Amino acid sequence: MLMPQKRLKAVSFGLLSPDVIRKISVGSIITPDTYEEDGTPIDTGPMSLRLGTIDPSQKCKTCGNRVGQCPGHFGHIELAKPVIHVGFVKIIYQLLQATCCKCGRLLLPQRDIDRIRKIMKERPRLWAIIKNRLVAKVLKRATKTMECPHCGEQQVKIRLERPTTFYEKTKSGERKITPDIIRARLEKIPDEDYEVLGFNPKASRPEWMVLTVLPVPPVTVRPSITLESGLRSEDDLTHKIVDIIRINERLKEQIDMGAPMAIIEELWDLLQYHVTTYFDNEVSGIPPARHRSGRVLRTLAQRLKGKEGRFRSSLSGKRVDFSARTVISPDPNLSINEVGVPIEVAKTLTIPEKVTSWNIDELRELVIRGPYEHPGANYIIRPDGRRIDLRYVKDRKAVAEALAPGYIVERHIRDGDVALFNRQPSLHRMSIMAHKVKVLPYKTFRLNLCVCPPYNADFDGDEMNLHIPQSEEARAEALTLMLVEQQILSPRYGGPIIGGTQDYILGAFLLSQKNTLLTEEEVQQLLFLADVTELPGPAIIKPKKLWTGKQVISALLPKGLNYTLKASACRKCSECKKFDCPYDAYIVVANGELVAGVIDKKSIGAGEPESLLHRIIKDFGINKGSWFLDCALKVFLNYAFLHGFTMNLDDVMLPKEVVNEILKRLREAEVKVEELIARYKRGELEQMPGKTLEETLETLIHEVLSNARDNVGKLAAQYLKPTSNALMMARSGSRGSMLNLTQMAANVGQQTVRGERILRGYFERTLPHFKRGDLGAAARGYVYSSFKRGLNPLEFFFHAMGGREGLVDTALRTSQSGYMQRRLINALQDLHVEYDGTVRTADDKIVQLMYGEDGVDPSKSDHGKAVNIEKTIEKVLGVAALK
Amino acid sequence: MLKKKFTILDHELVPKHILLSKEEKRQLLEQLKIRPEQLPWIRASDPVAKLIGAKPGDIVKIIRKSPTAGETVAYRFVVP
Repeated sequence: MLMPQKRLKAVSFGLLSPDVIRKISVGSIITPDTYEEDGTPIDTGPMSLRLGTIDPSQKCKTCGNRVGQCPGHFGHIELAKPVIHVGFVKIIYQLLQATCCKCGRLLLPQRDIDRIRKIMKERPRLWAIIKNRLVAKVLKRATKTMECPHCGEQQVKIRLERPTTFYEKTKSGERKITPDIIRARLEKIPDEDYEVLGFNPKASRPEWMVLTVLPVPPVTVRPSITLESGLRSEDDLTHKIVDIIRINERLKEQIDMGAPMAIIEELWDLLQYHVTTYFDNEVSGIPPARHRSGRVLRTLAQRLKGKEGRFRSSLSGKRVDFSARTVISPDPNLSINEVGVPIEVAKTLTIPEKVTSWNIDELRELVIRGPYEHPGANYIIRPDGRRIDLRYVKDRKAVAEALAPGYIVERHIRDGDVALFNRQPSLHRMSIMAHKVKVLPYKTFRLNLCVCPPYNADFDGDEMNLHIPQSEEARAEALTLMLVEQQILSPRYGGPIIGGTQDYILGAFLLSQKNTLLTEEEVQQLLFLADVTELPGPAIIKPKKLWTGKQVISALLPKGLNYTLKASACRKCSECKKFDCPYDAYIVVANGELVAGVIDKKSIGAGEPESLLHRIIKDFGINKGSWFLDCALKVFLNYAFLHGFTMNLDDVMLPKEVVNEILKRLREAEVKVEELIARYKRGELEQMPGKTLEETLETLIHEVLSNARDNVGKLAAQYLKPTSNALMMARSGSRGSMLNLTQMAANVGQQTVRGERILRGYFERTLPHFKRGDLGAAARGYVYSSFKRGLNPLEFFFHAMGGREGLVDTALRTSQSGYMQRRLINALQDLHVEYDGTVRTADDKIVQLMYGEDGVDPSKSDHGKAVNIEKTIEKVLGVAALK
Repeated sequence: MLKKKFTILDHELVPKHILLSKEEKRQLLEQLKIRPEQLPWIRASDPVAKLIGAKPGDIVKIIRKSPTAGETVAYRFVVP
């Protein structure tokens, strides 16, 4: 099927003239009722069969086609009096102000008009660019002119009363200008002046903005629906059209009868109201038109506007086939490039495969197996384009025999097929990645835990979507560009966004401890998971062969890797002891051998730039990187299983003396606060610059209390058992922070609302348990207790206040940043980097002469810098240089 | 009243603006293969543009500090 191809050069928008409206109309609509008693549509009513048909049993009176074929036809209403189109009120207002009310000329001297016309005619390209700005200037100047330079007429001020009424300020007072007068004035504007105002008189004459004829859209645009009760319910637009016709007919009658002006004007205004709400039912200044039930009508503008409008919902958004959605769950045994797909899903989603002489036998087997058995097929498409649904084929063997090259078989997806996997909100490009299908039993999608961070997924009920690319091109593109391993390095800062989380980090931390010793069986068990079959020599031979955890890790590191890093466990001592670090936080890898240091979040964590993982990917490539994520991390996780891990109350238990010391220090802080308050009350407090006395007091109290908290926290951290499981989690960075720990063990600290100590509640006090004006720590939401000792009821209440604020903030922030993101993306989506390195817009305007001003691709950079000099030197000189 | 004793060009936050000659302008447009309107714009009424005497149709070269590239060059097309 060869269609003549045309290239779209331009789109031009204009207004419908009354003549055009009449020409496209199949007839005048004058009856304000839809159906006769017997249920047939009235021929001159808004549901006329001439306007098209929505009833499958009826033929369109205009074109004779039935439902699917008839495109629908416009009708029209001859308005008894002209009315203003709300959409153009602003332009009409500007035009009235900028032109003479008598002669219709633009209120600028002929000289200026000629000058602008010259630019327009002689330099059309420049005109296109400066049009808007020049027109704005012209309007401003013309509006200010109060005496017509062409006919000398004195101009009057015109006022617009929203939405559609114009007034003229004459000496004798304000006078309303009716739409027919407005239309007459707009008619007088000559084409030449109209052009200077930036309009194209061929596409739109200003008087067309005042309606004398109203088009009636085809019924296909506003279908009525029949309820189960047999009652018919009309579309909102139809209701509105009925209203317009009714008032229009009444107005016509009254004019014909020669009714007094007052009555006519009242009806005229009503007609204006109905036409206005027909276009836009959310115009400010008038009440929205309502349905009989009180529901606000959804008219033309509402159909287009907003998230549920035609643009965002029907045109930018589309529904797709070949997709699936279900709950996700974890599977550490899958590769990061894989996704576990339930058999049921795999039997529904298909891939069209062309029959060739190479795959015909295989495809025959699939066809024979049919639609209900897993590696099967659902449809066959014959070379003549006919689809055979295998569900209804009795003898599938015969159909399979009939297969020949040129046929297409829609076969079930199976292991190794490419699928796009997505989790909303799709905030960055890693929210949709290509995975290879792995068909598994049960009913959830399964994914490797390392890909949770880019999707921001967890397993508390999250659902994800799966799409199957249908064409060869789409599959190839997905595989080379979107596959998970291609996305490990984040384009945001160059670090790996895919990496270890939680248990992986903890496992690695435990395994890399200095005192971890493993038996031969254990080492074999672990390394087997990574397909490493060669054991390194044991570190200890007698009495039993033993290997250190670091040896196991070394077996997983690529040969030739040299690297140093400070781990998460680093306490940031004032002077780094390097190799002799007491916390083993100084990591050294020499030629793929982990010489010193523990492996923790800084080394294998997701989103950690400059990590061990990052280094492996940069030095040894994506393949090695994804192998490391698949296999090495699996070893760490399994060591965590082997080791076993839990957390208990003892983890946050402190010796009695320490608890007493903590309480003592908190009491001291309390006394200090009391002192500050006393000094404030005596007026001895020295005011801080830029702060009121009260603010000064708050600052000082805050300082004292937060110091106390930090103090106590440090003390607690010092006396927590070194074997504490919770402490290990915080140290390794796998879960929880030191702050969480000290809040559990020592002291929760100050609760805040809006960044201040809690001060709301009753008159001059937070709760009735305190005296009025009590500024003390306890009365303002300081929690002395720790989570382990437990909060007293007052503390609990304050803590809940702070907690609630946090929740509200997150809810608010997500919606706000979501909207900001939408606008940003809309503004930036067409920017691209040209081959000369410049960043340009869709119409090739230059934004930057060089991307990011330095032309560096952040995903290939070291934290935004093109080269990391330190690492390069280290690489050249070797680790020896460090000693 | 205080007499005007300084120019904004001396302020550290105002980058260096240079008015291009006709020849330089031609070369730049040739090098980038663009029409002048495709460059970002600067108003002729911009304080710096006024000071260096830029007229609509001119091109201004701006040299400024950049957090990524150290020093970077940008061009502006002067419009009314």
